Amino acid sequence: MTIYAAIGALEQGLVYGIMVIGVYLTFRILDFPDLTVDGSLPLGAAISAVAITSGLNPYLSLLFAAFGGFVAGAVTAILNTKFKILHLLASILTMIALYSINIRIMGGPNIALINSATVFDPIIALGVPAHLASLVVFSLFGVVVMGGVIWFLKTEFGQAVLATGDNPQMIISQGVNTHLIIIVGVGLSNGLVALSGALIAQNQGAADVGMGIGTIIAGLASVIVGETVFGSSSIARAIIAAVLGSVVYRLAIALALSFDFGGFTFSPSDLNLITALLVIGALIAPNLKKKLLAQ
Amino acid sequence: MITVDHCTKYFHRGSVNEVLALNDIDLSVANGDFITVIGSNGAGKSTLLNALAGSFFLDSGSITIGQLNVTRWPEYKRAKLLARVFQDPLLGTCPSATLEQNMALALRRGKRRGLGPGVRSGDRDLFSSELAKIGLGLENRLQDRVGLLSGGQRQALTMLMATLVRPEVLLLDEHIAALDPKTAGQILALTREIVADQGLTTLMITHNMKHAIEFGNRLIMLHQGRIILDVSGEKKSSLSVDDLLEQFYKAQGEELANDSMLLT
Repeated sequence: MTIYAAIGALEQGLVYGIMVIGVYLTFRILDFPDLTVDGSLPLGAAISAVAITSGLNPYLSLLFAAFGGFVAGAVTAILNTKFKILHLLASILTMIALYSINIRIMGGPNIALINSATVFDPIIALGVPAHLASLVVFSLFGVVVMGGVIWFLKTEFGQAVLATGDNPQMIISQGVNTHLIIIVGVGLSNGLVALSGALIAQNQGAADVGMGIGTIIAGLASVIVGETVFGSSSIARAIIAAVLGSVVYRLAIALALSFDFGGFTFSPSDLNLITALLVIGALIAPNLKKKLLAQ
Repeated sequence: MITVDHCTKYFHRGSVNEVLALNDIDLSVANGDFITVIGSNGAGKSTLLNALAGSFFLDSGSITIGQLNVTRWPEYKRAKLLARVFQDPLLGTCPSATLEQNMALALRRGKRRGLGPGVRSGDRDLFSSELAKIGLGLENRLQDRVGLLSGGQRQALTMLMATLVRPEVLLLDEHIAALDPKTAGQILALTREIVADQGLTTLMITHNMKHAIEFGNRLIMLHQGRIILDVSGEKKSSLSVDDLLEQFYKAQGEELANDSMLLT
């Protein structure tokens, strides 16, 4: 693996890490398996791309993207809490609806951002070499989002979010409207995913309606890798582990792609299979270990 | 304090499994009443408490707590007025949160939850001193996760949390039934102490006739969704377990008699 590939994997790990925190919020904290993310990642990209090509400041475009993601997540959560649709199904419905919506927003299946302004321009203007600018920006965003989410989960409201995933009957008895908590929580999660999507689009120079495929699986894989490698003994640790897990996951993929087993090499189209196997392995490993130890 | 007016609740209405869980119940609870609730399985005891707590809405009738008609209030909103302790010790606390986080959640029962710190350092003294009262040594374990505690310890914590902010009404749904006899005794003593200290209006479901007579100032017996016995004051304290059992069998005997009439 070349140093460029390693830096590329690192920056991808960090920018997708923001998405992974979103997945962690729903999947682990709210116990709400949410597939909306496959649609809200390109939603963020689409909103940001349209905003930038219409002349809006790239940083401001991130806010719009995050807000769009929040609304998408809130729709899923409302379908689930208020209309009693199974969470998994509710999120799939929002996801496929977003496919059409994203094409409507962009006026086509993709938008190029090659010569547009991006969030990296001010950093490059400060004298940072262009190939490191995105690493700097993504590190900053990664740290700010991690810190923000850790802070949020320690507030009164955040504690109620944690309790909603942990023991809903208890927190209802303490006077908390769990429907509201789930709507805000899934909304925030998708806001982060959309933010991640907007940054990715600016980095790769295009927003594409297909860029969200497999987001949830990559997110889960990163969460699980992070927990396994870096532990999850506290909330702060688990959230940092989620982002680091995302970095490890992207490095592992870059490594796999650079392997050459006597003429056989993985192609990028094999990635979904590798990721699926990785997640399956990580999910069944604890049970398998228990069974083997019991014998 | 509480007025339950012509309350009726069916489960699985319109299906073959239809159950009339509350059958036109009327109940008036005075401020400071400590009522023990008895009855056989399926008599409607838990359903009555759940109806008060708002776990479901009634098919007909109304419930008033204080001056407030809460009939259409959702469960979380009624939590401002009433606190509950469940039979299952795992239901009342969050296992992955620490003791102080759990108590901080309880300290804001019925209040707005904003972006202030979840656990305020100034509240730790309060938590310690409250925990010291129950004498289980938990006051030194504020940072421990509640999942590490035993069922009895968790139930004691739930009792504390339910009354950390004084509720208008305390609902105890067989809260000692899942505990070993020694722990059950401790929780029961704690219950008596807290209820007396705060002068709480309390409804306590129990399967123990002795407890039903010994605790509280009023006793009601439910059968098939109706209140079939309601005694208070001296009349209650002079009750014996045999009296209650007799009532019990009388109620069930009627049921048998009805069944045999159907069959012959």
